[in-house]
Amino acid sequence: MDPGQFLRASRVIIVAGKGGVGKTTVAAALARMAAREGLSALLVQVEQASGLAALFRRPPLTYVESTLAPAAGTEAEVRGRTITPDDALLEYLEDHGLRRISRRLVSTGAMDVVATAAPGIKDILILGKIKALERSSGADVVIVDAPAAGHAITFLLSVRGLLDAVRVGPINAQAREVLDMLSDPARCSVVLVTLPEETPVNELVETAFTLEDQVGVGLGPVVVNSVYPPLSGLDTPPETAAEAVGEVLTPAEVEALAGAARFRRRRQDLQRAQIARLAERLPLPQLRLPSVFAADLGPAEVDLLADTLRAEVTGLPDVVPSSAGPR
Amino acid sequence: MNPVEDLDSLVGHARVLVCCGSGGVGKTTTGAALALEAATRGRRAVVVTIDPAKRLADTLGIGSLTNTPSRIAGEWPGELWALMLDTKSTFDDLVLAHAADDDQARRILGNRFYRNISGALSGTQEYMAGEKLYELHEGGDFDLVVVDTPPTRNALDFIGASRRLTNFLDHRLYRMLMSPTRAYLRAVNLAAQAFVRTVSKVVGSEVLDDALAFFRAFEGMEEGFRERAARVEALLADEGTAFILVAAPRADAVTEASFFTTKLEESKISVAALIVNRMHPRLGTGRAEADRARAQRFAGTDLGTLYANLADLRTVADGEEAHLTELAANVAPAPVVRVPFLDHDVHDLDSLARISEHLFRS
Repeated sequence: MDPGQFLRASRVIIVAGKGGVGKTTVAAALARMAAREGLSALLVQVEQASGLAALFRRPPLTYVESTLAPAAGTEAEVRGRTITPDDALLEYLEDHGLRRISRRLVSTGAMDVVATAAPGIKDILILGKIKALERSSGADVVIVDAPAAGHAITFLLSVRGLLDAVRVGPINAQAREVLDMLSDPARCSVVLVTLPEETPVNELVETAFTLEDQVGVGLGPVVVNSVYPPLSGLDTPPETAAEAVGEVLTPAEVEALAGAARFRRRRQDLQRAQIARLAERLPLPQLRLPSVFAADLGPAEVDLLADTLRAEVTGLPDVVPSSAGPR
Repeated sequence: MNPVEDLDSLVGHARVLVCCGSGGVGKTTTGAALALEAATRGRRAVVVTIDPAKRLADTLGIGSLTNTPSRIAGEWPGELWALMLDTKSTFDDLVLAHAADDDQARRILGNRFYRNISGALSGTQEYMAGEKLYELHEGGDFDLVVVDTPPTRNALDFIGASRRLTNFLDHRLYRMLMSPTRAYLRAVNLAAQAFVRTVSKVVGSEVLDDALAFFRAFEGMEEGFRERAARVEALLADEGTAFILVAAPRADAVTEASFFTTKLEESKISVAALIVNRMHPRLGTGRAEADRARAQRFAGTDLGTLYANLADLRTVADGEEAHLTELAANVAPAPVVRVPFLDHDVHDLDSLARISEHLFRS
């Protein structure tokens, strides 16, 4: 599949996954992949504690857009911002001519009443803002770093729940518009991220079905993160490998090399089994990202992952399933 | 609690263990392993979990939400019980216990606003985890209650959750909304009226009516709730209660963990032990840079591959070690316990016992 075609398939890409699977890194890599295709990207962070800006070595994001990676040559820009419910509410009220009351509504904690009276309202404000960005943002692609874990589901399911609770008025209208966006694969798709490990794979499969059945959202390829890149030669005993090049190893070196090889082979086997199990349970195409052996991730690692993503997307056929299929 | 007590002694003497940490670091599994260890030592232990992975829940015999502990059969001198917290029914029980009569309870339980509070309000899960913990502790059937905190970044809202929710119920805005008389409305200023109108304009008057009905029905119960909340908080600060921080040796986990310790400190609670899960093996004493150089020198041969792999794994292990040092400094002088990367996810009692081995006997 042509990477440009993949990135243009929907304007909004929501990246979701369980905590610790690296969804923030994947969101950043997707944005850089877009930028390198000449498509400008806006990264949206909806949780306070995301490490998104740190991946670009930039100060924490705010409600006001800022540059994460500038345009250079044929590369387009990557920008970033947060969307917090309180700020989104303020903006919403101001847009609806309720500016006078808005600050007070937030500062007195009345937001909590409203949010309790109609759960999901915070999520709908965030999603409503994302929908507004889909229409108005100058960016070619809007990439959302979704809340962690089961919260991503609650976050996306909130729309339907809210439609039941609030049957009239502007919030109802907002929820309808958001649902239209979420359920239109030409406007929005969800990229699920997992690790090639048992529990994350189980949860990803469950999430995929829930999102499809209950939100009707279009599913993009699944990203399998932190896959050990294949290494050939790990099966050779260290002494034999050393002998072949005329080296002599100390017993400590032999032990360290053999221990490392054993660990990696075992993990590779386990990962392979989980990747196969994921493929068996979910017909969605997989994009595999390598384990990055670095103490901390920065722009260089993000770009490396963006390159791999591009290669993985290029390797996909032109038409891929975008549905989790029957359970 | 004496912060330098080791995990071994904690599991033998503590009355309450609270496992906290960010999502996906193995809190539930760790909590279950701690309870299992206590049972092995002849104690009656119960583990309260919030959101266990399905297979672990099945193993523990708590495949569905219950509000009463189920006993897990096994060859140990003590008792092992588990329950998966049902937030809503815990809240319902609390309402039933504090309502003046059946009528009041019925009006509250049937109210839509109440159902939202008990099911979806952020903080309710934390509140109810504390409530359940208190109930199990006070019930006298258990020597040790292990509780797993909710998988959110706000998991430590757990500590102030009961107070915060009580404050929420006591919010002056509700008091204002609760007074249905016109005289009262005249007394409040115009801005407040505009305020109520705005709320109703945004969410619809139906929603607001539900809220009003709830606060009217709830009247008179605040005191009981407040008292109970104070007792839960006292238990969390008690000498027999210890907080165990569970973490992964990753950069983001360090940030999260320092956030947790800061929050705990605000409540004058110190971390009693740090458990770091999924550590890569330490492979001798060599340096990753030297391995990398040798990998390059022998590039294209099997020896080169073996060194490249060793370099990769040592880089990861060094990074983890640095993160662990930072974590340990954060919780000092609490003991630090490492659990290695395991071959399989934990979903049976044998693998749970293996975690205990790493926690207590290595």
